[in-house]
Amino acid sequence: MSRVVRVAGGQGFWGDWPEAPRRQVEGGPVDYLMLDYLAEVTMSILQKQKDRDPSAGYARDFVGAMESVLPAVAERGVKVIANAGGVNPEACAAAVQAMASSAGCAGALRIGVVTGDNLLPRLDELFAAGHELRSMDTGEPLATVRDRVIAANAYIGSTPIVEALAKGANVVITGRSTDTALTMAPLRHEFGWGAADWDKLAAGIIAGHIIECGAQCSGGNCLHDWRDIPNLADVGYPIIEGSADGTFVVTKHAGTGGRVSVRTVTEQLVYEMGDPHSYITPDVVADFTTIQLEDAGADRVRVFGIKGAQATDKLKVSIAYKSGYKAAGSLVYAWPDALEKAELADRVLRERLDRLGLKFAKVLSEFVGASATHGRLAGDAGRHAPEVQYRIGVRDADRRKVERFTREIIPLVLNGPPSVTGFAGGRPKVEEIVAYWPALIDKSVVQTRVEVC
Amino acid sequence: MRVRLSDIAHARSGDKGDTANVGVIALRPEWYAVLEQHVTRERVARHFDGIIEGGVERYELPNLKALNFLLYGALDGGGTLSLKTDAQGKVFSTALLRMELDVPDAEARAANLPAAT
Repeated sequence: MSRVVRVAGGQGFWGDWPEAPRRQVEGGPVDYLMLDYLAEVTMSILQKQKDRDPSAGYARDFVGAMESVLPAVAERGVKVIANAGGVNPEACAAAVQAMASSAGCAGALRIGVVTGDNLLPRLDELFAAGHELRSMDTGEPLATVRDRVIAANAYIGSTPIVEALAKGANVVITGRSTDTALTMAPLRHEFGWGAADWDKLAAGIIAGHIIECGAQCSGGNCLHDWRDIPNLADVGYPIIEGSADGTFVVTKHAGTGGRVSVRTVTEQLVYEMGDPHSYITPDVVADFTTIQLEDAGADRVRVFGIKGAQATDKLKVSIAYKSGYKAAGSLVYAWPDALEKAELADRVLRERLDRLGLKFAKVLSEFVGASATHGRLAGDAGRHAPEVQYRIGVRDADRRKVERFTREIIPLVLNGPPSVTGFAGGRPKVEEIVAYWPALIDKSVVQTRVEVC
Repeated sequence: MRVRLSDIAHARSGDKGDTANVGVIALRPEWYAVLEQHVTRERVARHFDGIIEGGVERYELPNLKALNFLLYGALDGGGTLSLKTDAQGKVFSTALLRMELDVPDAEARAANLPAAT
């Protein structure tokens, strides 16, 4: 039988199940543990932390995850690949080394650190060289919000991770690597796939897409047959068994809960999908319309037939900028006529905001239990709901107006419609909005660096 | 014959900025043709009229027996800007499955479609 490389998905986002990484390395054989920590706005949160403390700016949860898998890495040769480095991969590596030392495992880790994705310190240089970083949504040049930009990172691909593995790293920490590269890179490294093996690279990317959201492909959040998905309390996170020819099997450890089936994998494949013909990554453009799935036994799905095309000469850049303020608060109205009471509360509150002369960029009212998620499609069942949560939010560039709004909700408990409760949280907090500005940049501008220590 | 989409398909949805995507997957391979024929871009745009601010795009994935819909302007700006409970479009999936289709009787019988009750 040809060689198989096992890549286990252990975190689908920063905040995912703390038990999952350890369960993945202890539940059965795996070669690589892949941990994805970064969502679109995570980099800006990390940049804010680094501004306050130069030794911060990475996903701190990763240190705990590394501690939980340290025996497997030190004794059994499991390798870890994570984009936990955020805007400070060097500090992340130092924290992991310090943890390993205090656990008596100094010397067990060879950490590869990938940098070069952070463009924030280079923005003015890039502008001067004619890179406008126009928004992919609006077409506006980034200069229009330059003074409000707090993070700018290029999405980087598999190449620097492969380089770190080739240099002998058993832990690779990156900044803004694409989620999918974290899975594709070890397959590319192990099987020696070339930078132009488009079909195989595309297969590795699609393997990455399937497991990048953790258990969302192995029974979690699965709509199909959800009542009968076994033992979600003990859900197994996904594992890719990759082969040199680019085909792979999606599975999970024996004896765990959840399910891996053509249906659970298909639901994950369509998650966050754009144009399926061209799923663009730094390494390759993958074609989701070529994916073939086949039941390969209990909790095993075979994936084959994948085609890829040459990558573009651009990288996507994830930019975060300050974009005003928002706040949202809620109250709960009880039977009888819960929805009608909540609707009256909404009219009263809005009239009070008008009388105060407060105009906002946006005001949104929702009635949870009646129409908050499906709007008019929900019909009139909410008229008979035993309780309805009234939720109102505002957004504006002027912090003081948003602040004033937050004081208008709780008074309704005593001076609005009756049968109201659920105000224990008190006044809502004003949040500064950090918005997302996607842009493209020439690949040649971004030079990644790899250090193994 | 009236057919509930939730009886012949399952779905998952997600976000990219202010756009929600909904992947709709046929519960039986032979029902994919029904989805392709009846769950059109126009039909979905009508379904979400007044709920989303932009247009609708449809892509076909016959290999997965699935359609992918992009719903533009669905998320009040999306991500961190949005004031919506469902700021990341997680449950547009079941909102789409509320759709009811009018399938000609002969076609419905040939495909063995379950009638809405």
